Amino acid sequence: MTENQDSVVQRVQRGEAFLDVRDLRVHFPTDDGLVKSVDGISFQLERGKTLGIVGESGSGKSVTSMAIMGLHGRGGARITGEIFLDGQDLVASTPEEVRLLRGKRMAMIFQDPLSAMHPFYTVGAQIVEAYRVHNQVTKKVARKHAIDMLDRVGIPQPDKRVDAYPHQFSGGMRQRAMIAMALSCDPDLLIADEPTTALDVTVQAQILDLIRDLQREFNSAVIIITHDLGVVAELADDIQVMYGGRAIEYGTAEDIFDSPQHPYTWGLLGSMPRIDRERTERLIPIKGTPPSLINIPQGCAFNPRCNYAHLNGGASETDRPELLDIGSGHKVACHLSPQQRQHAWETDIKPKL
Amino acid sequence: MSIEEIDSTAVPGVVPPALGEELLSVEGLVKHFPIRKGLLQRQSGAVQAVDGLTFNVTRGETLSLVGESGCGKTTTGRLLTRLLEPTAGKIVFEGRDISHLSEGKMRPLRRDVQMIFQDPYGSLNPRHTVGKIIGAPYKLQNVKTEHGVKRAVQELLELVGLSPEHYNRYPHEFSGGQRQRIGIARTLALRPKLIVADEPVSALDVSIQAQVVNLLEDLQKEFDLTYVMIAHDLSVVRHVSDRVAVMYLGKIVEIADRVSLYEKPMHPYTVALLSAVPVPDTKRKGNVKRIRLEGDVPSPINPPPACRFHTRCWKAQDICKTTEPPLLQLAPGHQAACHFPENQPGGESTIPVSTAQAK
Repeated sequence: MTENQDSVVQRVQRGEAFLDVRDLRVHFPTDDGLVKSVDGISFQLERGKTLGIVGESGSGKSVTSMAIMGLHGRGGARITGEIFLDGQDLVASTPEEVRLLRGKRMAMIFQDPLSAMHPFYTVGAQIVEAYRVHNQVTKKVARKHAIDMLDRVGIPQPDKRVDAYPHQFSGGMRQRAMIAMALSCDPDLLIADEPTTALDVTVQAQILDLIRDLQREFNSAVIIITHDLGVVAELADDIQVMYGGRAIEYGTAEDIFDSPQHPYTWGLLGSMPRIDRERTERLIPIKGTPPSLINIPQGCAFNPRCNYAHLNGGASETDRPELLDIGSGHKVACHLSPQQRQHAWETDIKPKL
Repeated sequence: MSIEEIDSTAVPGVVPPALGEELLSVEGLVKHFPIRKGLLQRQSGAVQAVDGLTFNVTRGETLSLVGESGCGKTTTGRLLTRLLEPTAGKIVFEGRDISHLSEGKMRPLRRDVQMIFQDPYGSLNPRHTVGKIIGAPYKLQNVKTEHGVKRAVQELLELVGLSPEHYNRYPHEFSGGQRQRIGIARTLALRPKLIVADEPVSALDVSIQAQVVNLLEDLQKEFDLTYVMIAHDLSVVRHVSDRVAVMYLGKIVEIADRVSLYEKPMHPYTVALLSAVPVPDTKRKGNVKRIRLEGDVPSPINPPPACRFHTRCWKAQDICKTTEPPLLQLAPGHQAACHFPENQPGGESTIPVSTAQAK
């Protein structure tokens, strides 16, 4: 790590922000064709900030996070682009170099803690293992650290539970244990992939509070991946909306919720029943189904499902819109003119939400 | 939209209830799963999955059962469809006690009570074509359709928004939302009166979820269906239900119509549940007064005595640990089981403004 001596020029070359993803593409060659799971996304994230990545299944959310963590393996995936973590390009690094970063500099919370934890080892043993890889300490010290971590995430009687197996924990406790494991080495970057999807609302609220508190304390950068807009609204500073392997809208949480620009984002907001508003008679779903990643529609990937595609004089079917800044960092990939979007949002969408 | 009329009265001599009349009533329903141990398989305890439920469902309404995992919602659904036999209590469907009917006697009734399953991947046989899956109910019940089974199935496919050409395809060729539609088509084949839907949309993406919710509502209007919906997403429940029953550890703690439950929740558990729902509104970030329940749901093998919620309740007092609060009607159409209920008519509320009221 030489970031202290980095000159301005080097900063630009080696990533401006703490995490700087540039034109990341993850393609999987299969017998049926090339699956373009992630097809050119870029974003930046600073320490202490939270980025929410929102999208439906198959939009490339999880593949992005796995690429950052270096979990794709060299055999299957073709990864191009650059991922700078504090100036180090993870795509160009060897698997061994990335392995040393994993756990210490970046860590991940998985969706399903039952399959992400090893059923043969106690929870304590699994935390101790990760801690001792990165810290030269005795088993005894590491065990004490594991108990501290379990205590921090709110597991009762941590000195006893440390010797329990994952199946002896309830779903919420297991998720806490996994958060304890992810945080055991104070990672600078924490990626939470659908951390609360498998949990009940009351436990979800506890876990979200926990992630927020721990982030404040460790000042880490957090990426939260979810399909639940309520969860990102609570946690995220910035939000990236993904569709068909690309980012279609990027902005602050306020931008995305108060003045969304992309028809897909409108669709997501209209699809979910709102507990904080008057009950509507009908939900406004997005027609059709998400595209297959082998056969992404020509032009704008969303055009077959878009109610406004006909306004663009055929451009939606032929040209892929770029993610362009429409002012103050709010980016959108859509052919509609700003006036058309403004008009559609004010008249068609906003009154019905 | 039309599907072929089939002879709908499965049980001769029973007059079907009109809209708004009672279709199903449940009294003191109990289901304990025995835990056996040792060589002789002696019973050493029981999982008290459902422990004394009393409610009724009127024709044409949607009643939702909500609660955390392990509260007995799914078991209740399976008892209502008689996939499980109750340990005690009574289930009366259209005036007939079906709680202990034998499998053979139950079979004709299966026409009237159908189920939609949660997992659209696990509930369709991968080796059967869509036509065979949706046509199976006709074959099993020996129902003759006017223009043949194939025609009936194709009409059903159209009804749920699929194309009749899908008849010969296999489930793996469909997406999750489409599979759920196939499951719904199968459910509708025999024109049931009561549909128990066990988390029908929770496995689906947000945009598809809205399509399926709308479909279920359209079908209800078209065929006067009655739904018992089992769900954990409180926003979806508010959208679809007429009445909501909140369950905790095998008991109903509160049951009320939608508006009064969401606007004036009485049981502390309901209040906590509602306050925990994440709301997609950035203005609320950081200043939400959330009631944070500590810990997890206790084990139903050894539930806390008296009021089962007292271990996690912030209002609990000594009486909660000794006397079980009965489910009482505290306002018109609003029952709750609590010694110290919130939002009582005329009473002062001691809690922060709940989510439903915050505009």
